[in-house]
Amino acid sequence: MLVLPFEKIRPNHASLVGGKALSLAVLAQSGMVVPDGLAVTTNAYHEYLAASGIENQIRRELTWRPVDQMRWEEMWDASLRIRNAFLRTPMPSRLRRALARAVEQRFEGKPVAVRSSAPGEDSSTQSFAGLHESYLNVRDTESVLEHIRLVWASLWSDAALLYRKELGLDIEKSAMAVVVQELVSGSRSGVVFGRHPVKPDCVAIEAVHGLNQGLVDGSVAPDRWTLDRRSGDVVDFHAAEREAYVALSRSGIAVRPLPKAKAKRPPLTDGDVKRVYAKAIELGEEFLEPQDVEWTFKSSRLYVLQSRAITTTAAGEGDNRSWYLSLRRSIDNLRDLRGQIENDLIPKMEAEARRWEKADVTALHDKELLNEVSRRYARYEAWLGRYWDECIPFAHGVRLFGQFYNDVMQPADPYEFATLLSGSGLLSVERNNALQRLAERVRADKLLRTALASGEVRSGHSSFWKEVDKSSAEFSAGLSEGSGIDEARKALGALLLQMATRTATPENSARKRRQTLERAFLAKFRGKKRREAEEVLDLGRASYRLRDDDNIYLGRIARQVDVARDEAKRRKLKVPNHFKGRLAMRPTGGQQHAAEGREPSGSGFVLRARQLSGQPAGPGFASGIARVVRSPEDLFAFRSGEVLVCDAVDPTMTFVMPLAGGIVECRGGMLVHGAIIAREYGIPCVTGVSKALRMIDTGAQVQVDGYLGVVTIG
Amino acid sequence: MADKESKAARDNEALETLRRLLTSQQVAVLATHKEGQPYGSLVGFTASRDLKSLFFATSRTTRKFANLAADGRVAMTFDDRSHAEADFYEAVGVTACGHAAEITKSPRSRALKQFLAKHPHLHDFVMSPHCAFVRVRVEKYVMVRRFQEVVELVVS
Repeated sequence: MLVLPFEKIRPNHASLVGGKALSLAVLAQSGMVVPDGLAVTTNAYHEYLAASGIENQIRRELTWRPVDQMRWEEMWDASLRIRNAFLRTPMPSRLRRALARAVEQRFEGKPVAVRSSAPGEDSSTQSFAGLHESYLNVRDTESVLEHIRLVWASLWSDAALLYRKELGLDIEKSAMAVVVQELVSGSRSGVVFGRHPVKPDCVAIEAVHGLNQGLVDGSVAPDRWTLDRRSGDVVDFHAAEREAYVALSRSGIAVRPLPKAKAKRPPLTDGDVKRVYAKAIELGEEFLEPQDVEWTFKSSRLYVLQSRAITTTAAGEGDNRSWYLSLRRSIDNLRDLRGQIENDLIPKMEAEARRWEKADVTALHDKELLNEVSRRYARYEAWLGRYWDECIPFAHGVRLFGQFYNDVMQPADPYEFATLLSGSGLLSVERNNALQRLAERVRADKLLRTALASGEVRSGHSSFWKEVDKSSAEFSAGLSEGSGIDEARKALGALLLQMATRTATPENSARKRRQTLERAFLAKFRGKKRREAEEVLDLGRASYRLRDDDNIYLGRIARQVDVARDEAKRRKLKVPNHFKGRLAMRPTGGQQHAAEGREPSGSGFVLRARQLSGQPAGPGFASGIARVVRSPEDLFAFRSGEVLVCDAVDPTMTFVMPLAGGIVECRGGMLVHGAIIAREYGIPCVTGVSKALRMIDTGAQVQVDGYLGVVTIG
Repeated sequence: MADKESKAARDNEALETLRRLLTSQQVAVLATHKEGQPYGSLVGFTASRDLKSLFFATSRTTRKFANLAADGRVAMTFDDRSHAEADFYEAVGVTACGHAAEITKSPRSRALKQFLAKHPHLHDFVMSPHCAFVRVRVEKYVMVRRFQEVVELVVS
């Protein structure tokens, strides 16, 4: 059985059709008004997987590195690649024909909703909203089949991977059923909570104008009624600021501004509220326990869209998963964030950094200095807070664009979109260009080269050194505490000498490739849709750029906290304990890796890595000598052509990257800073090699395969 | 301290995987060569407790015995395949490189006892006069997991 219509679904079909389909069928069979529909069973999912070979791709994504060790971003990466495989692999023809016939007969070309219905979820997992995908207003058969594949793919969504333990997610056992249901374009919709989350004696109703997708995904604020459960009397009403509603668009749905007349009044009349309340009570009796019910009114007809037993999510301490999921943002929200970051956060951060860079902390009295340290530290914390609240969520713009791009283009490489976003004028690249210009001077001037080679940093070449000093204020941040101007000049001079041995990489071919991709992408859209596509692309580019730039501004702030703190330490003043550590170049994430013995004690064996797996984050192949970077000093020792091995590339250290033959990073992800810069410069890069620092020594011969995501040692 | 222990545990993890594999598997592939022509054969085996020696039995008339008598350099491959597609990602494969020679003195009897404890049905075969008991002194193990992660355990 590939398909079961609602009227034929029985309780013993639960594992074939999933919880959502079963409860809808029960409702329809008990005479409730439910949009007509059918379930595509898990048999269809299994048949597709067996024929397509996707099963092994999923297996590969989930075993190259234990999922428990993946960062959330890596789960997103894995899930994007899996999703792309579903997008690009059509159904085998027997399955295709069977599903197409069932859909055509049942819906006769009417628009439908395609929704996930995962079997085997117990009630505690049903409450994790948004684990799996649902799509509204899907129109032709071909599109319905494609969306069925996308719902299947969402069994492996990043959110599902995060909650894999609760879901019991397992390649061998898990499957996905799909509900295809007639679309009801309701004029007011909402959710009724059969038991108020806070007041158990009450029922809560949330309602919006338009489709309830706006309420469910949080893009439209609802009006809220609290009713006494026994009497049905309204005990509290909270009106929302009614500004928007979700409506059907030509394909899919769209958020629209709410007409003034509608904005003035609540979505429900008193009579409507009574009917919704009565429905909640009725369903609670039908299912023998209070239900959370999604409903919609089309003219005066009340449809039940979904009903499920009430569950509460108990998030344990240290459980950040719901926070990760909250990073998924809508285009509107990203647009607002961008405005805040570009027009407010960054200019203010930059102004503060500049003020501090100009101020002379050595002129302060001891007490003033200590005050200044505390003040700067507090300011830094405040900036860091805004960085987490605004910049990190805004980085979702890259992911949003990635998925959008893949849906439209269905590219062979699921990360093609990153090429399209690159070259957007990253601050670190511009800073590197400034260094490159200094390196050109070194290359052109033999006397200067000799001076640099012999470590002569005082005599002559005064205009050159003036420029170097200016740069070193930005780059030598990481140099050890108390290093003077001569040390900074020596370190940067040695680096420039290295850079002078290379010519700048030609940018032309990359630019052409970007232009070709952009043309092909935009050619898929006409008129209004094209403007939307351009906006998503623009947001994606801004997000890609700011992901890197914001760290640089924060780095400048951090550096000036260090400057004040170092001065206080130099004077042997008592600096409060929590200010002790330096802020600049502090590892921004990833795990701590110490160089440690690789000899399991007493075993008589020595452990050596021969080949380590990671993510192919920058295409290309490189062979070279490893330079393991643990401290700023390691950075300045960097030699042209070496392979940079580090925990996490911090944007403040990207200035050596143009010198690198290849990059190996412990921190995982296709869109981490190291990967972004590597792609800008066309450097082979593998990320997520968690054992790299532990298993690779400076001086080892390594090969970096940025196509396969493999690092070979020796 | 706890951190140090967990690091040791991580290092031992590769060693433990190796031990588990060598204990659980009955048969390995032995690679020898004759004048440069490689030759593979299946042999029942055991490993010494310190994992530095591997033992198997073979008739002196076999090709593999002639090969290893001429050149003791051999490799042995072990794995936990289940002959399913999942093997690509889930199976562990280990190759031991070392030197093979017939063993006639200590620790022959102890090793033989262990060997027969694991393969009791080979008793008559091993005890027959023309059967040789061979020891491979391992120089290193190369372990492949998760499709393309490769580590080496080198005898120190």
